[in-house]
Amino acid sequence: MKAINKNDFSEFVDDLIENDDREVVGVQTKSNEFAFDPLKSAEDLRLDYDVTILPPKKYFMPQRETLVEYNLNEGETTPVNQVVPRIIMGIHPYDLVAIEQMDKVFEDTHEDPYYLEKRRQSVLVGVNMANVSDRSFAHTMGTATTDTGYDIMLTDIGDRYAIEVGSSKGSNLLEKAGQAVDDITTDEIRKVKQFKEELPKKFKKDTKFDPFELPSLLKNYYENDEFWEENAEDCLSCGTCNLVCPTCYCFDVQDVNDISLSEGERLRTWDGCMLEAFAEVAGDENFREEKAARYRHRYMRKGRYMYNRFGDIACVGCGRCSEQCLPDIADPVEVFNQMKEGTS
Amino acid sequence: MNAEDSLYNPQEARIIGKRKLTDDTKLFELELENGERLNQEPGQFVELSIPGVGEAPISVTSSPTRGLPSFELCVRAVGNVTNALHEKSIGSTVGIRGPYGEGFPTEELQGQDLLFIAGGLGIAPLRSLINYVLDKRDEYNDINILYGCKRPCEQMFDDEVNHWARRQDIYHEATVDFCPDNVCWGGNIGVITELIPGVDIDLDNTYAVVCGPPVMYQFVLEELDKKELPHEHIYLSLERRMKCGLGKCGHCQINGAEEVLYACQDGPVFNYERVKGFEEAV
Repeated sequence: MKAINKNDFSEFVDDLIENDDREVVGVQTKSNEFAFDPLKSAEDLRLDYDVTILPPKKYFMPQRETLVEYNLNEGETTPVNQVVPRIIMGIHPYDLVAIEQMDKVFEDTHEDPYYLEKRRQSVLVGVNMANVSDRSFAHTMGTATTDTGYDIMLTDIGDRYAIEVGSSKGSNLLEKAGQAVDDITTDEIRKVKQFKEELPKKFKKDTKFDPFELPSLLKNYYENDEFWEENAEDCLSCGTCNLVCPTCYCFDVQDVNDISLSEGERLRTWDGCMLEAFAEVAGDENFREEKAARYRHRYMRKGRYMYNRFGDIACVGCGRCSEQCLPDIADPVEVFNQMKEGTS
Repeated sequence: MNAEDSLYNPQEARIIGKRKLTDDTKLFELELENGERLNQEPGQFVELSIPGVGEAPISVTSSPTRGLPSFELCVRAVGNVTNALHEKSIGSTVGIRGPYGEGFPTEELQGQDLLFIAGGLGIAPLRSLINYVLDKRDEYNDINILYGCKRPCEQMFDDEVNHWARRQDIYHEATVDFCPDNVCWGGNIGVITELIPGVDIDLDNTYAVVCGPPVMYQFVLEELDKKELPHEHIYLSLERRMKCGLGKCGHCQINGAEEVLYACQDGPVFNYERVKGFEEAV
């Protein structure tokens, strides 16, 4: 483990913004919330944030992403992968866990070059959670801290940040900070340990379940229509919970022509299983017509299907869906607690 | 970026034949511009694309035993991509990705009696297997084909249907839900399930292969249950709006209490025993 003075770290970030070829992005305030955005100055970087509006998945799977460019006159298609190499500053552990899960999805069956190349050309700078949002339950999901998924990981230990290096990408980045990076003291190592140990106390959500019970709880509740109908009753089918989820990756593929009508792009755009048209087919058939069926699908996916396929519980406890849901019915803790209490 | 690496870059294919099958359905014969074969298995699908309009998953209706290197798509004009394809003339090009998915288990079916049950456009994927089996006639036992449409004018592939009817080694029955008074129709009038009791089924050796609109499956499966055909002997070709064909986009998931299936990877052809616990399957 290494350490760096906070002032030196700011200078290091400013130097990267100024001189590194890669785009430097990080967590900043946006209205009254936090968001990952390009950094203009290290001053704007807020490593003390609680949660961002959107997870950093937008850098590997952008909201709109060109897959193929086409020429309408000649009918020619050209694949393009618009990769912006990036240094991403301030990723919380639960989001790092989510990124590791997404990596498996895009590596599985057919390796997806669009996602994977963006991942390869990104450096992930993690930060341990200095603050916790009211809706987060990452402590329960085992994602409040992580030993993997980052290139470097920072922990606020007062005047300095402790630094853990997770990869050669991380050590290469750190080399650019030169002499400012120092060996960590025994006392500081103790502080990091203490930081992680005290973190669970900062969470406010009262969870009654163990994450690895979720696959079997969900299986037992699958056919409990009443349970899903009651929970989904006020759902607006807006898909916000999908959009803000760090492990949601479903997408649509659509063509958009430019104004000349001679060229255009085939885009991959974010989609969501909570939207009414998601499971429609020709002839006005819809395999998930009822909002309760869509609501259940989202939970099955998070707690059972992804676990079956990859061994991961695909809810990392960030609390974004819960926080952003207008009718406030998306909180996984409420649903998981209900399931646990109903069966125990 | 290499075209091969993209996964999403379509191959150019030229329309070399176009034939009207019904008022809203046409048969397109296509050839890849690079001269290669599509190498599809019966029951697989492709992503058909028209730049500027979009992509749509379409099952390949031709058997790999016929017409090589070309292949055929039977397309009803119901959406943006399919309507745009109908406007295309012979000689113009479209994009093709694939073939994708698990097709019919041609080896498992060898030596068995086969019962094809097609409703409406469901004949399109089944035709790839019917013609495959007819071209390897010695490898398969009895062949029964039941084909139902809403009305006589919606029956497709008339020449082939007439050929099935003439052949002594095929049991073939056609039905329509409704026949207008002024139309001559030699087949049955009624729903397709009415034809099932008339088929001679040897329970040990018969495999049913079913494709039709979602509403049809339940009634056909009930009728096959009355015959006590084992569920492992029933194959269904299911339709979903696959956006990627690669097991990623999520649109074709069929969920159940235990697990989720991807129509584009695990299907579109499924064994009934495998999918019967999935309430979203049909």
